[in-house]
Amino acid sequence: MAYDKFTVLQSTCVPLPLENVDTDQIIPARFLKATTREGFGDNLFRDWRYNNDNSPKEDFVLNNPTYSGKVLVAGRNFGSGSSREHAAWAIYDYGFRCVISSFFADIFKGNALNIGILPVTVSPAFLDKIFKAIEADPKAEVEVDLPNQKVTLVATGESEGFDINGYKKNNMVNGFDDIDYLQNMKEEISVFEESRPF
Amino acid sequence: MSKTLFDKVWDAHVVRKIEDGPDVFFIDRHFIHEVTSPVAFLGLENRGVGVMFPERTFATADHNTPTINQHLPVEDALSANQLKALETNTGKYGISHWGLGHQKNGIVHVVGPENGITLPGMTIVCGDSHTSTHGAFGAIAFGIGTSEVEMVLSSQCIMQPKPKKMRITVNGTVGKGVLPKDVILYIISKISAAGATGYFVEYAGEVFENMSMEGRMTVCNMSIEMGARGGMIAPDEKTFEYLKGREQSPKGEDWEKLLKYWNTLKTDEGATFDEELVYDAADIEPQITYGTNPGLGTGISTTIPKAGEVIDGEASFKKSLKYMGFEEGQSVIGKEVDYVFLGSCTNGRIEDFRAFASIVKGKKKADNVTAWLVPGSHIVEAQIKDEGILDILTEAGFALRQPGCSACLAMNDDKIPAGKLAVSTSNRNFEGRQGPNSRTMLASPLVAAAAAVTGKVTDPREFL
Repeated sequence: MAYDKFTVLQSTCVPLPLENVDTDQIIPARFLKATTREGFGDNLFRDWRYNNDNSPKEDFVLNNPTYSGKVLVAGRNFGSGSSREHAAWAIYDYGFRCVISSFFADIFKGNALNIGILPVTVSPAFLDKIFKAIEADPKAEVEVDLPNQKVTLVATGESEGFDINGYKKNNMVNGFDDIDYLQNMKEEISVFEESRPF
Repeated sequence: MSKTLFDKVWDAHVVRKIEDGPDVFFIDRHFIHEVTSPVAFLGLENRGVGVMFPERTFATADHNTPTINQHLPVEDALSANQLKALETNTGKYGISHWGLGHQKNGIVHVVGPENGITLPGMTIVCGDSHTSTHGAFGAIAFGIGTSEVEMVLSSQCIMQPKPKKMRITVNGTVGKGVLPKDVILYIISKISAAGATGYFVEYAGEVFENMSMEGRMTVCNMSIEMGARGGMIAPDEKTFEYLKGREQSPKGEDWEKLLKYWNTLKTDEGATFDEELVYDAADIEPQITYGTNPGLGTGISTTIPKAGEVIDGEASFKKSLKYMGFEEGQSVIGKEVDYVFLGSCTNGRIEDFRAFASIVKGKKKADNVTAWLVPGSHIVEAQIKDEGILDILTEAGFALRQPGCSACLAMNDDKIPAGKLAVSTSNRNFEGRQGPNSRTMLASPLVAAAAAVTGKVTDPREFL
């Protein structure tokens, strides 16, 4: 499934200043029973967001109307644990298009890129600056510029570059995906397959 | 040029190198299950493309399946729907399917090796992070997302940047009561749940050389719990011995030819790693976790560390202890246990049941403990019966359930109730992993057995 193009995104942020946010928190296993990819946003961070009786937990950031936006800012080692792409689907379905952290778990990062969410890795110091800016002003905006690989705190103009390989960047900017690419390689793959010993 | 084991296997699977991008990476074996595959098949339908090499994909149902009364229709409608989708999709594309009720059904990472589908030198993926298990055979094996499942189905390839390389060496001999699970929990506690992110790990040294294939699977299985993409161990005589004669293992001349190749699968003298870690087996005692990620573990005779003593940040560490209801500096021994779970792709193999039985033999299950003993496959289940282990378990007041992932991720009805404390042989102690608000301490089958008969966290060495 080709996805939305991603170029420059300017938005307010939702802060989640916790480390090791694992994919079981992002979407608990009991909500993985669908056979389509829609609707997971309702259960994003389910057990942090709702009490057992389904009433919202008021102290959780998604239930706080002060914070909103298309950018989720999270502590180090975001997306660890299970490979469930449902975690990325839930984040996307909720309305986020970008996650900023100082460190991402590998599989989550790959899954995010594959469905059109941009994972932006910044230095711990810059992450701290973003958290502080949001704390001081919940309406503080960041600008995430994919073509120039740069994230900027709009109010102060402070910015930092981020890495992404040229292939993935091109995919995201144009809304291409890997499956399109691989479909055009089938002959080459067939020849390769013939040579495998098992 | 000197190459590592990982380099040798990786480089043999690169179909194309993309400049400033990932490698187009060929996959020899693809495992699928009912939970992470339906959307991938849907994707194929939407694009109007088929499955390129159906004989390279193997399906089993395990994640949401019940572990009692498997002969009855699955009650949960959503689970039943996913199981039906797997049956329909595999039928439509001609993919082998060992569904619920099939005599070879079981947890995907138990079933693959025990039927000889997993072989050294292969690349193996599955929409499940514990695919790293298969690295025990000298394969490059790792978990993928559903978009990648769709890629493998439609082209037998995925796009992967080559990870960095780490070697973890454990020298010496482990002490009494120390199992492979303790070795890997120890390593993770040393480097944290994110300590190997961005790396692919090779395990080396006497401890892994002397380990059984089941033990190596336990170790490689939990590579992901320190963030590694996967972990692998060079194949040796033990590996070949395990595989020889298994249903789908190559036979005759094919076997001999492959054996020559497999003997080349080791890290060359002088090959370098991006990171090397070395530990001494003598420092490892039976382990148990006290927090809500697998890196928050400690030796069973020690105490829960203080915030400043762990790699994790203070806020996350304190949140973790608060969730568990534990305090910094407390001893882990003696904590009252409500549930014991023996099973999962980490510890659901025959050796794990042998270890558990070695402690509970002649004793009785503690009254305050509910125990769920779940074999990893029907083949393991049969072994448990054949070896007389079931009799030992039954006599001690335990019952055996039917194969599946069960309480490891609690997608079926095997959920630890809110607030209850479980000692589990599975792989994750995340908040709510085993059921909403349940609390998990990860440990080996011996530690689980000691907890099951005493009703509290107990050093298993007391019984050995």
